[in-house]
Amino acid sequence: MGKELMKGSEVVGASAILAGCNYFFGYPITPQNEIPEFMARELPLNNGVFVQAESETAAINMVYGAASSGRRVMTSSSSPGIALKQEGISYCAGAQLPCVIVSVSRAGPGLGGILTSQADYNQATRGGGNGDYNVPVYAPADLQELSELVQHAFYVADKYRNPVMVLIDGTLAQMMEPVELIKITYPEIDHMQWSVTGRKDRKNNHIISSIYLVADELEQHNHWLSKKYEQIVNLEEKAEIYQCEDAEIVVVAYGTSSRIARTSIDNLREKGVRVGMIRPISLWPFPFSAFENLPCCKYCLSVELSMGQMVSDVILASKFKYPVTHFGRVGGNMFTNSELESEILTRMSEVATND
Amino acid sequence: MTDFLFQKTNGLTDKQTHYCPGCTHGIIHRLVAEVLEDLNVVEETIAIASVGCSVLSYEYFNTDSIQASHGRAPAVATGIKRVFPNQIVFTYQGDGDLASIGLAEIIAAAGRGENITVIFVNNAIYGMTGGQMAPTSLVGQKTSTSPLGRNPLLAGMPLKMCEIMSQIPSVEYVSRVSTHSPLAIRQAKVAIKKAFENQRANRGFSFVEILSSCNIGWGLPPVEALKWIESRMISYYPLGVYKDGKDLE
Repeated sequence: MGKELMKGSEVVGASAILAGCNYFFGYPITPQNEIPEFMARELPLNNGVFVQAESETAAINMVYGAASSGRRVMTSSSSPGIALKQEGISYCAGAQLPCVIVSVSRAGPGLGGILTSQADYNQATRGGGNGDYNVPVYAPADLQELSELVQHAFYVADKYRNPVMVLIDGTLAQMMEPVELIKITYPEIDHMQWSVTGRKDRKNNHIISSIYLVADELEQHNHWLSKKYEQIVNLEEKAEIYQCEDAEIVVVAYGTSSRIARTSIDNLREKGVRVGMIRPISLWPFPFSAFENLPCCKYCLSVELSMGQMVSDVILASKFKYPVTHFGRVGGNMFTNSELESEILTRMSEVATND
Repeated sequence: MTDFLFQKTNGLTDKQTHYCPGCTHGIIHRLVAEVLEDLNVVEETIAIASVGCSVLSYEYFNTDSIQASHGRAPAVATGIKRVFPNQIVFTYQGDGDLASIGLAEIIAAAGRGENITVIFVNNAIYGMTGGQMAPTSLVGQKTSTSPLGRNPLLAGMPLKMCEIMSQIPSVEYVSRVSTHSPLAIRQAKVAIKKAFENQRANRGFSFVEILSSCNIGWGLPPVEALKWIESRMISYYPLGVYKDGKDLE
C-alpha cells in the first residue's frame, strides 16, 4: 500500500476501521472533529454505522449499548467531553464491555482552550468515574505508532473485556505525517458467551449489567476485576528506552513532548551530555519496569505539557533513589528545544555540584 | 390434554419480583411480556432496563437485556438497535429516569426517529429512592422533597410527556394509557401491542406512557391508590392516542 500523507485524526479513523470497528458514536468538540467527520464519511461505505449523539454522555452510552453486542465500537472526544464520558466509562468497566475511547487532549481546566495540552494525564490514568476500575491508556508519539496503537487498543479491550483509551493531544490529531496503514493480525476473541444478541436458540438470557446489590457478590466482582487489572499490569506495560545505559539525567516524556525531548537529547548528546529518555507508551499501566535498569541515573525530569501530573508516577518509579522534578509549558504553549536543553543543563550542573 | 384458560406468559421469567404489594409495575411487565409472546418475538428482543423501581426488570423479562445508567436507556437502545436493526429493542423507564435526568436522551432518540419502543411508567413520584418529588408529581402532591405539596411557583407544573413527544416530527406513535381498572389495563395492552407492531414493521419511534400506582410512595392503600390515578392523574394526564404517524415532508 505504501506511505500516505495523513492527518492524525484520519489515522485514528482509518486504523479503527482496519481493526474491524464498524460502529462509531460521537459528539463535535475541537480539536478532534475530524475523527467523527472521517467516520461519518467512511463508515457507511463499509456497511458501518455512524451516529452523531446528542451529547458526550449519550455517545458513551450508545457505545455501552453497541458494545453489548460484542462488536468493535469506538468513540472519541476532547478534554471536557471526556470528563462527561467518565460515568459511562465506569459503567463499561463495571459491565466488562470492550470498547475504545480516543481522547484528544486540549488545555484546561473547565472550557480551557482548544490548543494542545497533556493536562489530561490524571483524567486518563486515574479516571473520573466512580468505583474501583482501571482503563489501559496508550499514548503514541507519531502517526505510525498511532495507527498501531489504535488497532492494539481494540485487541486489548477484547482480551480483557474492558474499555481502553488512546490518549493523544491536539498536536498529534491535527498534524500530518507519512503513514503506512498496515492491518495488524491479532488472535480472534469470541464474545458469544456473553454478548447480547436476542436469545435465539440459547437457553439462558444474556444480561449486561454493573449492578450487584448483595455486598458479597459485589465484593467478588471487585476482586475479579482487580485480578484482570493485575494481569494487565503484569503483561501490558509498554515503553521505549532511549539512550539510558549511561544516562546521568533521564527525561521521562510521552506523546508530543517526547518528540521535542528526543531532538534535545540528540543535540545534548552531541555535546557529550549523558542524557536519555524513558518514553511511556502505556500510561496505565505505567511502565515502572523501564526504571529498573538506570545504572547511572542521578536525576529524573518529567517533561509534560501540564503543571506536573505524570511526575507523581515518575516519583513512585524512582523509589526515591534520585530527585524527580517536572518541566513543561501549559495553556496550549509548547516548550522549545532550547528551553528544555537549558533546563536539562541546569539540572545537570546541580547534580554535578551535589557530587 | 389440559386446556388452559390462563397461563403465565413465556415473556416473563419465574423470578419473583421485588415490587411492593399493590404496585402496578407487575401488571405492566406482564402486558409487555404478553405482547412479546403474542408477536412471537421473545427470542429476538433486547430489553433495556433503567434506574428506578424497574432497575431489576432484566431479571423478570425473559429476554436478553442491558441495564442502562440513569436516564440513558434511549441512548443504550440506540447503540444496540443500530447493531441489530432487525431485533426488537425496548426501554422500560420511570418518570424520574425518563422525564428528569434522561430528558435529553429521550427527546434526542425521538428526534432521530429511532425504531424502538419506549414503555414509560408514570407514577408521579421517585419510588425507589423513597418517595421524592418527580417531574410528573401533581400540584399539591406531598412527597419527601415537597413536604408541603408541590408548589407550582417553585417547582413549576408537572411535565406532560405525551404532549411533548407528540410534537417531535420523527415520532411515529404516542399514546397514554392507565392501569387503574381492568378495562384500562386491556386498553393499555392494545397500545403496547401497537407500539411493538410499529417497530416490527419498521415504522419507527413508539412511545407509550402508562399511568401507574405507587401506593407506598403516595401513602395510600392499594385500592385507594388506583382511585387516585382515576380521580387525580387522568384529569391532568388525559388518556388517548396523541400521535399516530410521522410528520414527514
